[in-house]
Amino acid sequence: MKEFKILAVIVALVGITYYGIEPYAHHIMHPEVAPADFTFKTLKNVDTSLAGNAENGKVLVEANCIACHAIDKAGHPAIMPNADAAASYGVVPPDLSSSGRIYDKNYLANFIFDPVTAMHLEGKYTPESGKAFPMPAYNWMSPQEIMDIVAYLQSVTPKVTEGKETNKATFEAACGRCHDMKYAGIQATTPKDNLKTYMGATPPDLSQYIKSRGEHYLHSFINDPQVLLHGTSMPRVGLTEKAQEEVIAYMEEIGDSKKAERESLGLWVMLYTFVFAILAYLWKRKIWSEVH
Amino acid sequence: MAEFKKADSMLEWFDQRLGVIKFSKVMMSEYWIPKEINFLWAMGMILAVMFKLLVISGIFLLMYYKPDVNMAFDSVNYTIMQEVAYGWLFRHIHAVGASVVFLVIYIHMFTGIYYGSYKKGREMIWVSGMLLFVLFSAEGFSGYMLPWGQMSYWAAYVITEIFGGIPVIGDELVVWIRGNFYVSDSTLTRFFMLHVLLIPLAIIGAIVFHFYALRFPHVNNESGEFFDYEEESEKYLAGKKKEAKVIPFWPVFLSKDFFVLGFFMLFFFYLVFFHYNFAMDPVNFDKADGLKTPAHIYPEWYFLWSYEVLRGFFFEIAGVSGKDLGLMAFGFANAIFLVLPWLDRSPMVKPANQRPYFKYWFWFLMVDLIVLTVYGKLPPTGANAWVGFASSMTFLVLFIALPFITKAEAKKVGGK
Amino acid sequence: MMDESRRGFIGKAFGAVAAVGGIASLIAMKKTWDPLPSVMSAGFTTVDVSGLEANKLEIAVWRGKPVFILKYTEDMKPTDGRNVKIGDHYFSVMIGLCTHLGCIPAYRNDQKDFKCACHGGEFTDAGVQKFGPPPRPLDIPPFKLDGVTLVLGEEGPEYKAMMAKA
Repeated sequence: MKEFKILAVIVALVGITYYGIEPYAHHIMHPEVAPADFTFKTLKNVDTSLAGNAENGKVLVEANCIACHAIDKAGHPAIMPNADAAASYGVVPPDLSSSGRIYDKNYLANFIFDPVTAMHLEGKYTPESGKAFPMPAYNWMSPQEIMDIVAYLQSVTPKVTEGKETNKATFEAACGRCHDMKYAGIQATTPKDNLKTYMGATPPDLSQYIKSRGEHYLHSFINDPQVLLHGTSMPRVGLTEKAQEEVIAYMEEIGDSKKAERESLGLWVMLYTFVFAILAYLWKRKIWSEVH
Repeated sequence: MAEFKKADSMLEWFDQRLGVIKFSKVMMSEYWIPKEINFLWAMGMILAVMFKLLVISGIFLLMYYKPDVNMAFDSVNYTIMQEVAYGWLFRHIHAVGASVVFLVIYIHMFTGIYYGSYKKGREMIWVSGMLLFVLFSAEGFSGYMLPWGQMSYWAAYVITEIFGGIPVIGDELVVWIRGNFYVSDSTLTRFFMLHVLLIPLAIIGAIVFHFYALRFPHVNNESGEFFDYEEESEKYLAGKKKEAKVIPFWPVFLSKDFFVLGFFMLFFFYLVFFHYNFAMDPVNFDKADGLKTPAHIYPEWYFLWSYEVLRGFFFEIAGVSGKDLGLMAFGFANAIFLVLPWLDRSPMVKPANQRPYFKYWFWFLMVDLIVLTVYGKLPPTGANAWVGFASSMTFLVLFIALPFITKAEAKKVGGK
Repeated sequence: MMDESRRGFIGKAFGAVAAVGGIASLIAMKKTWDPLPSVMSAGFTTVDVSGLEANKLEIAVWRGKPVFILKYTEDMKPTDGRNVKIGDHYFSVMIGLCTHLGCIPAYRNDQKDFKCACHGGEFTDAGVQKFGPPPRPLDIPPFKLDGVTLVLGEEGPEYKAMMAKA
């Protein structure tokens, strides 16, 4: 019928235009990057096949780490208030209670060995820049010792159940030292002035990042910020795939809390509209049968 | 005072005082529309419904939106989108509606061009329609600023900056428009006023005029035929509904409108609930930052063709800078549609496929506008810039050539 | 030969479906006007009454309204069901809005009563209306006692007891 032909022409023109300005243009503006690597295979300085001894790890951690790091769940609370820690180190050092669970084993081991390389921040902490990362490298330890430390950290991590509480806790542990999330009532634990000096720029508030960046982008970005934002001060954080999903789930909970309602109501509204359209068509046919 | 007899029914009571029976005949049951139409004739009603949806969703957004540079972003993305019951729904309807309304405006506009519904007595319908296009563009632009995201800010900055290109008064004019040297709180609040009050009032006035302008020349039909409405309406009223060339607005024309509307709403609601990034650009979910321009900046899709004409001229020609050339071409492109009835020198009112030369002009224009739109989105580097230049030039040439093309066509067909 | 009744039926069915959509929209619109969740989550105000002076009216704010807290002197007599004892002293705890039309009455500490400037209404120190247009005593807000801390917004046992008597 003629009207179907007209509709086909319109659909074709609109479709071509849509393709050009959405999928195609976005492909040009945001080219695909290598997929996220949760094995962190570029980090190879420690033999992670060695079985770690958590008891020995405990001794090493208490001798080397708790001077700066709190491990609340193992009975080592923070030594000084956040503001003082930030003043001393430039940023608040993380509490290590959940680090054994949320950070990948290979990443953790290599991080302890050489933090700057693990974080992909070699570009920032160069000899010329005069900047030194506040945590020293433990490349003088043997691989066995490093694996012992990792084993200990994994042993003190409390068991968690999946859900909103865990998502929030992971977010706060992995991101909360530097990033605000106003819509969740979360403020970065490091004071803003220290943060700006330490990072070079103020890390953005993440309340709407699930909407401005999207899940697909965040999936790659969090795993290795340098790939999508070369030269950024944000470290490669070393989250496991599961922990990263918890972070993104939390961002979605805070940034797009109405998603479930929107999708379910959408189906009902479309069903209603379909019924409406059918009845409208039947009524039109009846009316027009008198005039054709 | 007129003699009022006792009314026999409530209808008669109202009719004695307000003339409701005559009114309903004039507006509905004896408002005659041609029968020979297709679903494209429903676009006007769809636009009316879309405008209604925009006003109603706008009313609810207005209850919670805060026109202040410190509060605007959160009032939209926290309060409205996440706290207010159905706030997210009103926002989605409003944003998607504002984008889709332009799709329908363009379909409606190009239908008019295709069927020659802008000439031979219908010039004021066309002119008032183009005025509506300009008003809707201003409404869309002012509305986009309100969420105060990165796109809001930079679109406002760039577009207000354009006025600086006007000779002599340009720089002062820009400051006057903004209410400040840069896009700031004063800019936001005045555009809020424009968006919420002044432009909607102007739109309503223009719609009323547009509807009025339709009455005397009558709505066009698929073959462009001019016939005697008196004769045809008498046939219809005498019961010869199948022979008459006209149908009444109510219920016949409106029943087709509702049917088209129903399926259109299916498409519309799909976008509102499931596919809205084209209308709610992710970049605008970053709060406005006057010290950081986004890596990729572009206007809403319906402005892209115009935007590409603006930046299509990127080098000097005959001593005039690319920037000034672009500005002039941009001004031309936006004004030229208005005078289309006088550029078309052929008196032929026929669908384009029955006009020997115009049909090529029409489809050439369609392709050119699509190219301009797509390239308006792409980064203007390398080959893209030259495609932009070629398609911008094509646009100008098409309109300059139209009088000549249509005059030749009129001669070929022997005039009518 | 059009089936008038069939056309009529479809027309009515279509109209009914359209009306259902309209009603659903109106319901959604009504809900959009509802107070926000952040408003509805009960507002609490805590007041430490230990430092208050007797016969000097203290005004706290609870849910945007003034709340009168009046510490009684030794010789002021409590009114049964209207006062609460905190420590060794009796207190009046009541919403400071005249029950006539909502103005805030002033406390006259020489007469130990409240006078409303708007239409001349008067209340006793326990907030019972004694003159003029006010139809009922000053309303008592839900409250809870936590030692010498008064928590406005939560219903404690003392409040429940007072409400039971009223």
